[in-house]
Amino acid sequence: MSGVRVLVGTRKGAFIMTADGKRQRWDVSGPHFGGWEIYHMKGSPADPDRIYASQSSSWFGQVIQRSSDGGKSWETVGNKFAYEGAVGNHLWYDGTQRPFEFARVWHLEPSLDDPDTVYAGIQDAAMFRTTDGGQTWRELTGLRNHPSAPQWQPGAGGMCLHTILLDPARRGRIYIAISAAGAFRSDDNGETWRPINRGLVSEQIPNPTAEVGHCVHRIAMHPSRPNVLFMQKHWDVMRSDDAGESWKDVGGNLPTDFGFPIDVHAHEPNTIYVVPIKSDSEHYLPEGKLRVYRSRTGGNEWEALTKGLPQSHCYVNVLRDAMAVDSLDPCGVYFGTTGGQVYASGDAGDSWTPIVRDLPSVVSIEVQTLP
Amino acid sequence: MIRVVLPAHLRTLARVQGELKLDVAGPITPRAILDALEAAYPMLRGTIRDQVTLQRRAFVRFFACEDDVSQDSPDDPLPEAIAAGAEPFLIVGAMAGG
Repeated sequence: MSGVRVLVGTRKGAFIMTADGKRQRWDVSGPHFGGWEIYHMKGSPADPDRIYASQSSSWFGQVIQRSSDGGKSWETVGNKFAYEGAVGNHLWYDGTQRPFEFARVWHLEPSLDDPDTVYAGIQDAAMFRTTDGGQTWRELTGLRNHPSAPQWQPGAGGMCLHTILLDPARRGRIYIAISAAGAFRSDDNGETWRPINRGLVSEQIPNPTAEVGHCVHRIAMHPSRPNVLFMQKHWDVMRSDDAGESWKDVGGNLPTDFGFPIDVHAHEPNTIYVVPIKSDSEHYLPEGKLRVYRSRTGGNEWEALTKGLPQSHCYVNVLRDAMAVDSLDPCGVYFGTTGGQVYASGDAGDSWTPIVRDLPSVVSIEVQTLP
Repeated sequence: MIRVVLPAHLRTLARVQGELKLDVAGPITPRAILDALEAAYPMLRGTIRDQVTLQRRAFVRFFACEDDVSQDSPDDPLPEAIAAGAEPFLIVGAMAGG
């Protein structure tokens, strides 16, 4: 029977949760790398036993871990993320220019077909790639050298490149998102980039429809329909039907369109999930209710999913990388909270049960569907 | 032999227990010790000092014979007791909460 492996990154270590295809009984291992922030872990689509983890600490910096046995054992690999060439400047919070400075790896995106090739999104925003299983990392300089880079500015969490989507139909096409610069697309495997933010409106920047400066929180894509993108922005839930060339607001009847994660059902490309948060300064759930909102129409019409989720006195948040889906049938949906709960749904969100309730604050969730 | 004490998280990362003992050539300075440490335990590169600038990470401190030598030049000689192995060179995570 097939199964799932849930990779959970928290503020104080990593946890790995496994279950068979029924997704009812869970084995939980961890903490791995206890005491370290695990911003992201992700397995290779080409080899599910190959997993990469971003491990970081304010004291001891960045470490990259690699497993070749599904997370049972780990080895450190290369952790040198050096900007290439002139470092350049970006906009700082106070409006001055400030040099790019490496802080941490936010997101690791393994190649679709080569376990040794991985893309890394870092803070301050830049894109790196390894082709030797993480031993060495080279910057894809075309992004940070984009003429708009001096106008990029950090969001509250830092100027992070947090989303990397690889187009399975058109090889070499990559979408990324930066807080707060916006979304960018490359059609040549990361060599050159251009902003894809037409249609975004952000009242928090001097020109609300500027080419860059938008605080995109997350982008999601269904692999069968890679030209359709869904975006959770600082405010606004957006959709693009033309590979990011233009965007329209699909927030519809959401109670608030502020939030962080967004994801797509594994088998229904028009079914999407968000977790609305009260506001940009109140990063917790509206009305103290933990509600996942699902749209089966690709946006605009949303239903609250509450069965099994706390509906009173709940003031957690769900961070941008802390939601994922499996590809079993029915589709499983998973998310983790800043309160340390990891919830799973084995019926596409109709009902939820906690896998664990009391982890450190959850930063990221990824799910592997195992043969 | 130079004795080096790592903070717990770096001992875990390096997969060692207790004190380390390192052969360090030439004058015994923080830089010489870190060069030898990183050569013996490459997984520690970048965790104590930046890999490009070689600047000490802000929340890491170096103690020698009950003195904080973090702000000294990395090329300043360390006390004879460190060079002789009578006292360990301490690499410490700053007391900064978290």
